[in-house]
Amino acid sequence: MSAPQSYGSIFSGGIWSNNQMLVALLGLCPLLATTTSATNGLGMGLATTAVIVCSNGTVSLVRNLVRPEIRIPVFVLVIASFVTLVELIMQAFFYDLYQVLGLFISLIVVNCMIIGRAEAFASKNRVDRALLDGLAVGLGATLVLTTLGGLREFVGQGTLFHQADLLLGDWAKAISLSLGEDFQGALIAILPPGAFIGLGLMIALKNLIDQYAKRRAAARAVPAVRTDPSAA
Amino acid sequence: MMTKAKSILLSGVVLGAFAIGGVSLVAVTHGSVGERIADNQYQAMKRKLDTILPAEQINNDPLQDSLRVSARDLLGADATQVYRARHDASPVAVVLEPVVPDGYAGPIKLLVSVLHDGTLGGVRVVSHHETPGLGDKIEEAKSDWVLDFTGKSLTNPPLEKWAVKRDGGEFDQFTGATITPRSIVNAVRDTLLYVQQQGESLYQPIETETATIEGGQG
Repeated sequence: MSAPQSYGSIFSGGIWSNNQMLVALLGLCPLLATTTSATNGLGMGLATTAVIVCSNGTVSLVRNLVRPEIRIPVFVLVIASFVTLVELIMQAFFYDLYQVLGLFISLIVVNCMIIGRAEAFASKNRVDRALLDGLAVGLGATLVLTTLGGLREFVGQGTLFHQADLLLGDWAKAISLSLGEDFQGALIAILPPGAFIGLGLMIALKNLIDQYAKRRAAARAVPAVRTDPSAA
Repeated sequence: MMTKAKSILLSGVVLGAFAIGGVSLVAVTHGSVGERIADNQYQAMKRKLDTILPAEQINNDPLQDSLRVSARDLLGADATQVYRARHDASPVAVVLEPVVPDGYAGPIKLLVSVLHDGTLGGVRVVSHHETPGLGDKIEEAKSDWVLDFTGKSLTNPPLEKWAVKRDGGEFDQFTGATITPRSIVNAVRDTLLYVQQQGESLYQPIETETATIEGGQG
């Protein structure tokens, strides 16, 4: 087995270079279905993060106890328990948001991103790394969900973080933005095709940034070699 | 042989332990927040009822005074909850939860309050799957359309005018969405017809049944 990854590379991997939603394209069902507004995306992202941190931590703790033949059912049990917990807690403390996201919260169970991290990372790594990986992957997903939600909400409805106070409390009314009642918006952004188009644009943008960064790194490396003979 | 049996048994025990652990975690959480959740549901329902009932005339708790009726033809579901609002012993209004079976994208759940004199106290959409930007103007948050029902009755407008304007009726449709408003207008009319048909019987106190209804939800 290869040497354990450094904390930094685990973190940046989860957030950016191996972002499960933009690179691995896992968990598309909640990504496409719940991102009709930035608030929904953020709520879904935070719920997913909570589940993935808990499940990664637990799976890592019991990784030497669980025999390979039964690891998948154990992962499913662990994940399902935490999802139910999150669902109950949301119902108790964020009831209004729960009414919006309700159905999709239970669907976190079948988000392959979570079982994917349990299998690919948590079951092979120490608990601190597994927790960090869960946090990074979860935050990476939250970032994508919130951005896509914000994009669709802004284009389709002319608002940003509308009803964020349901999730974050009254202060969040300050970050709610609206272009006014008369804004008609492009309906397609709110409808399912808008989710695919928005996701496509985000993936393209990420690849562009990565390419640009790569070219710059290459450009910086090459002149150092080339300037030598010309100077001589 | 022995080791195989042992490893199967061990796997079974580990898996069983996880099942027990998971279930108890959920059970403990449910035990500690269950009351809060029930209270949230109650408060949310109460807030909805308050907007379509004349609160100043009522001194009972309609949520505690409900019965379950069955009228698939008019109310769209096999079982419909009816909440009764009273002032002391005299009836003030009933609130029904009819289902609109023929929405554009699946059933629409309504909350309809009918005052004792047969006029509508108000109509609200509880849940729906209509197209965002078109059919979803039935939500109070998106447009005032649903508020137009308040004060209407089977005689105002007359029964044959209970239709959207495109069908020669009194009610507005939306640009690009006629099916949704049409189905809701029909459902509200049917609810009014049902309440008229049943008359006073909807206000009958039914001691035995209210007990079984406790905790029921839509």
